[in-house]
Amino acid sequence: MKRLLLLLLLCCVMLPAQAHKPSDSYLSLDVQGERITGQWDIALRDLDYAIGLDQDDDGQLTWREIQARRAAIAAYALEHLQIAADAGPCRIIPGQQLIDDHTDGAYSVLRFQAVCPAPLTTLDIRYHLFADLDPQHKGLLRMTHDGLTSTAIFEPAHAQQRLRLAAPDQLQQFSAYVKDGVWHIWIGYDHILFLLSLLLPAVMLAAPADNLRGAFIDVLKVVTAFTLAHSLTLTLASLSLISLPSRLVESAIAASVILAAVNNLYPLFRGRRPWAAFGFGLIHGFGFASVLIDLGLPKGALLASLFGFNLGVEIGQLCIVAAFLPLAFWLRHTWFYRRLMTAGSTLIALVAVVWFVERAFDVQAQWIGL
Amino acid sequence: MHQFVLALACCITAAAQAAPYIPTNGQQVVETVPRRGDPVQQELRRLRSELHASPNDITLATTIARRYIALARSETDPRYLGYAQAALAPWWSQTAPPPAVRLLRATLLQSTHQFTPALADLKAVLEAEPRNVQAWLTQATVQTVQGDYTGATASCARVSSLSIELVAITCIANIGTVTGKAERSEQLLDLTTERSPNAPVELQVWATTLLAEMAQRRGDSATAETRYRRALSLHPRDSYLQGAYADFLLEQGRAAEVLTLLRDQSRIDALLLRRALALQQAGQSSALQADIKELAARFDAAAQRGDTVHQREQARFELLLRHDANAALALARKNWAVQKEPADIRIYLEAAAQARDTAAAKPVLDWVNQHHTEDAMAARLIRQLKVGTS
Repeated sequence: MKRLLLLLLLCCVMLPAQAHKPSDSYLSLDVQGERITGQWDIALRDLDYAIGLDQDDDGQLTWREIQARRAAIAAYALEHLQIAADAGPCRIIPGQQLIDDHTDGAYSVLRFQAVCPAPLTTLDIRYHLFADLDPQHKGLLRMTHDGLTSTAIFEPAHAQQRLRLAAPDQLQQFSAYVKDGVWHIWIGYDHILFLLSLLLPAVMLAAPADNLRGAFIDVLKVVTAFTLAHSLTLTLASLSLISLPSRLVESAIAASVILAAVNNLYPLFRGRRPWAAFGFGLIHGFGFASVLIDLGLPKGALLASLFGFNLGVEIGQLCIVAAFLPLAFWLRHTWFYRRLMTAGSTLIALVAVVWFVERAFDVQAQWIGL
Repeated sequence: MHQFVLALACCITAAAQAAPYIPTNGQQVVETVPRRGDPVQQELRRLRSELHASPNDITLATTIARRYIALARSETDPRYLGYAQAALAPWWSQTAPPPAVRLLRATLLQSTHQFTPALADLKAVLEAEPRNVQAWLTQATVQTVQGDYTGATASCARVSSLSIELVAITCIANIGTVTGKAERSEQLLDLTTERSPNAPVELQVWATTLLAEMAQRRGDSATAETRYRRALSLHPRDSYLQGAYADFLLEQGRAAEVLTLLRDQSRIDALLLRRALALQQAGQSSALQADIKELAARFDAAAQRGDTVHQREQARFELLLRHDANAALALARKNWAVQKEPADIRIYLEAAAQARDTAAAKPVLDWVNQHHTEDAMAARLIRQLKVGTS
């Protein structure tokens, strides 16, 4: 008796959680108007446990045995899935049966069509496959609609879910990217310092342009050049059409801040600041892109989110410029502003040198390490 | 460009996987399944049909659950854990099920790393049944994994008054070895194991595996080797033991032996990972690429269902096979929030060292200092991290 107790003891101490994943099914729905094209991959192992597929009980499922149970499989599966629109339930018509291999074995693939009473705006799905046999089973839904993909996980505690197909999600997604763009430029001190360093001389122009209009036009040129350039590389890099090592990009951004600040102490660009803004803007675009790539781009809404993020960056940048220009213009003849041009630029250059060394040093450290 | 190629490669693998087909031949074997005629399966089916007739029979339900948990362990197949849970369905969602059910619920919860609700269940069981040795032992194990050494020591103390010596000593030595008493814990466990030749085999395997790991941590590979071999002679197919021995062999650069050891074990994710590491060490790049692809697909499938049980393995995968130190560090950090065993310390330190991020390693460095964790490999990694900053 004691021995028996011990065996029990041990088997329940630590379970080696290192085997395959538990049971899942993969349900794909493609919604078009009032029609849904579906595909449902269910593990043969689970179907065999539920309704018995191995007719000769040799532990080996042949294609013939699976085909023989085709109707039973479809009936059993569809009994455990209800799809409904607001106007009422959708009728599911089973189609072709195939096989697919997933990481934990072969699955029966059930293709089907569902016809709903009216074009879909929301979808009510009730999923209870294997809920009574294996409560750890999950149904992994992947739904596409108008090029947008959404996912959901069904399990006994979340057996019934309502999925929205309408546009608000898209808008929400878009505004989230706009917000991320604004936020990134506000917390990205290197971008701000670069832009401000280039803009500082804009209110100190020579005679004919020595007024608000002249300053405005100069700022407009610099900002437009910067925007065009970084939008270009942001787009190309986000779409993975070009890519640069991030260490290189980050170091180059630091270097651009140094040059922009030094330009205020010792003119390097002279009248060509818009061109400098354009040239370095190309580099800054790569920096923005790495943030966007980290955020993850939804496949279905790639361009919309890219545009949203870019828009956010521009809005954030315009806010900074809108605050800078009147203030700088007002202060331009003061001792403070001249100090800002010299000491301020020196400070910016020094900070940027530290960034540059940090970022570039990391590159070297990596190379030595490898 | 590199990223683009990688993304493209991922798309191709995904596409290759998501291509359903119709087998060309009716005789083609598509899948293997457990045989209904198998005596274990037959017995379980009989029990389940009895339970179906009287689903509220708690003795029957807990018997079935225990049988399935044992099967999950011996077959390393988590599907059986779901079947165990199904037998407990009438009580599963109750706030306070009867202790017998609650203990099994705790066991199932901890198997998916839901340690907090598992501990809550164990606490309730022990309030009702303070002499439930199984509950004390499970609680000690969960507390040790989480690094609650004070709590675990108290639980082991309760085990010692209720169970045989080897169980109690294994319980306590498992804590001592990571809290600055490595040498004494190892001596004590070694002595107790020698004195308990009649203890059940499973228990001897458990104790001997721990002893081997202890020797490995202090860098005594000869002793570790002897103990691993002894444990394997007792239970050659124990998947935890195979994984631990494979790690030991990999540390020694003995890839060929790993490949022999893990032949036909690729079904188990953790062992497939070790095989891939061995293939990398042996320079067999085409077989390695296939294994990396398979592992990536499995981690991906687990992520899709929201599982985080394999973060330790996944961190090793990212660090050692995909050479992405930052991804590995992020995973090791998430894993550290859940469990704090020697293997978790190692992977965290290794990822931080590769990522040259000493600051990120601070929680683990503090932990090692605070608890006086002794581990030759961890010590080497810590030196490496410190050199990196100076």
